[in-house]
Amino acid sequence: MTATVTTPQRTSALQRRLRRVVLFVVSLLLVAVVWEVYKAIGPADGGKIFGWKLLPRSNDNAMPHVWEMLSRYADPELRGSSRAIWRVVLAGAWFSFRLALVGFFIGTVLGLLLAILMARFKVAERGILPYLVVSQTVPLIALAPLVVSWGGKLEIFGWEWPRWLSASVLGGFLAFFPVAVGGLRGLTSPPAASVELMNSYAASWTQTLFKLRFPSAVPFIVPALKLAASSAVIGVVVAEISTGLKGGIGRLIIEYAREATSDPAKVFTAVFGAALLGLTMSGFVTLADIYMMRNRPKEATT
Amino acid sequence: MSAVEIRNVGKIFNVGSSNQVDALVDVDLSIASGEFVSLIGPSGCGKSTLLRLVANLLEPTSGDIAVNGKSPKQARLDQDYGMAFQQSGLFDWRSVAKNIELPLELKGWDKAKRRERAIEMLELVKLADFAEHFPWQLSGGMQQRVAIARALAVHPQLLLMDEPFGALDEMTREHMQGELLSICRRTGSTVIFVTHSIPEAVYLSNRVVVMSPRPGRITKIVDVDIEGERTDATRDDAAFFAGITAVREALRGVEMTAHVRGIEDR
Repeated sequence: MTATVTTPQRTSALQRRLRRVVLFVVSLLLVAVVWEVYKAIGPADGGKIFGWKLLPRSNDNAMPHVWEMLSRYADPELRGSSRAIWRVVLAGAWFSFRLALVGFFIGTVLGLLLAILMARFKVAERGILPYLVVSQTVPLIALAPLVVSWGGKLEIFGWEWPRWLSASVLGGFLAFFPVAVGGLRGLTSPPAASVELMNSYAASWTQTLFKLRFPSAVPFIVPALKLAASSAVIGVVVAEISTGLKGGIGRLIIEYAREATSDPAKVFTAVFGAALLGLTMSGFVTLADIYMMRNRPKEATT
Repeated sequence: MSAVEIRNVGKIFNVGSSNQVDALVDVDLSIASGEFVSLIGPSGCGKSTLLRLVANLLEPTSGDIAVNGKSPKQARLDQDYGMAFQQSGLFDWRSVAKNIELPLELKGWDKAKRRERAIEMLELVKLADFAEHFPWQLSGGMQQRVAIARALAVHPQLLLMDEPFGALDEMTREHMQGELLSICRRTGSTVIFVTHSIPEAVYLSNRVVVMSPRPGRITKIVDVDIEGERTDATRDDAAFFAGITAVREALRGVEMTAHVRGIEDR
């Protein structure tokens, strides 16, 4: 008989990953080049196309030079202070990162629990899913003060609800949705024949969940987790701003934005800090992805 | 004691609704221990349904089934049978050995015992070198052999197979038929085998059960009288051809009656 055995080509996978990193750096440079080109040729005070005010202003206040933004990192945060701004931004990013991590964890656990519940009971799916969709249309800014005031009144066995936890909960509120929806699709993805096979082994529902449904759901859950990771960051940053929580990158963005007229490059340092935060979060998920999908057929890994 | 007793079994899908289907009516079949029985017939004749009733993946609407003298449910809970489908249904994320260990894992066997049995099964299907490979690294025929090894892992007395070689090419298929028979000789298993192929049914079976659709029922049971052990030479044997002719005629009768019934319906 013809026994063709294919072995996974790990070297080419590594090369592909390397190429992706290079492409990422190149695209960053490209964005910087486009930015500077527009700044050079664009109208300083904005412009109209067919009577519509579409072209953004390109003066130094609205669009500082790329090198100004970068060099701003080395300067102190405030005149007279000795701390360089990169340390402030990094400290803020680290603070928000920990909050986002907690939010990501809350969102993932909640999302998976909801997905399991919906996969187990068709009634639950019909009853819960519409509310999940509706929940995501509630503006986070409206929800933030509510969560803070609820949290402020909570005290569980002498443990007081810390202020930062409200921001994490709001991050989790954005993060749980993709996990719940992706998880539901993943948990219900095994073909009928596989479910029948588990039944023929007299496997319990929990056994089927852990031996069949969860492993089948991994290719669906991982992209959902990537979304959840960046959602958690957005949730935490927005929550920091709208609840006035100090110490995080959200707070820095709003503070620096106020100084935009006198120090336009400053706010960009914080914005890039937030972007770095999101990238780091999805980077961790990607590492988890590579680990979990190491033995899967190549078509399944994207 | 017979391995499987099917008495007056009927199965109706969607009872009471407009798309009610009489999948099986009045099915009687007794299968002796160690016997190899094939179910053959056009699609919609209920052969897969009958197999699933024996496996307790479906409940009969009427009649009784006994597997090893027990109810099918008890037999399923006791893992008295192993099952293999047309799609090998191996789990991509488990190595070959881990796939075979799955039913043992679900029964709570400890790790060392599981591994020992998996290696034993892999030797049986001649894939001992592939224990740590993953299913997607194997050819279709090899995957199907792993699926059979998995079905045999609990050492069941009864093997239920639903077109297990249906997706394989003709060469691999004939090879697998020989392998299956030699496995059965060694394990002494009783087999119920659903197939679309007349030569396959005749080559493998002691008896071929011919079924017909609308409503699904048994129309004829053909005894295959091939002397001695079946080898590749059997495929040139006069008795083999006689068996094929007998099954083909029984199936032709099915088509004829179906045709006549079609006219009556108008």
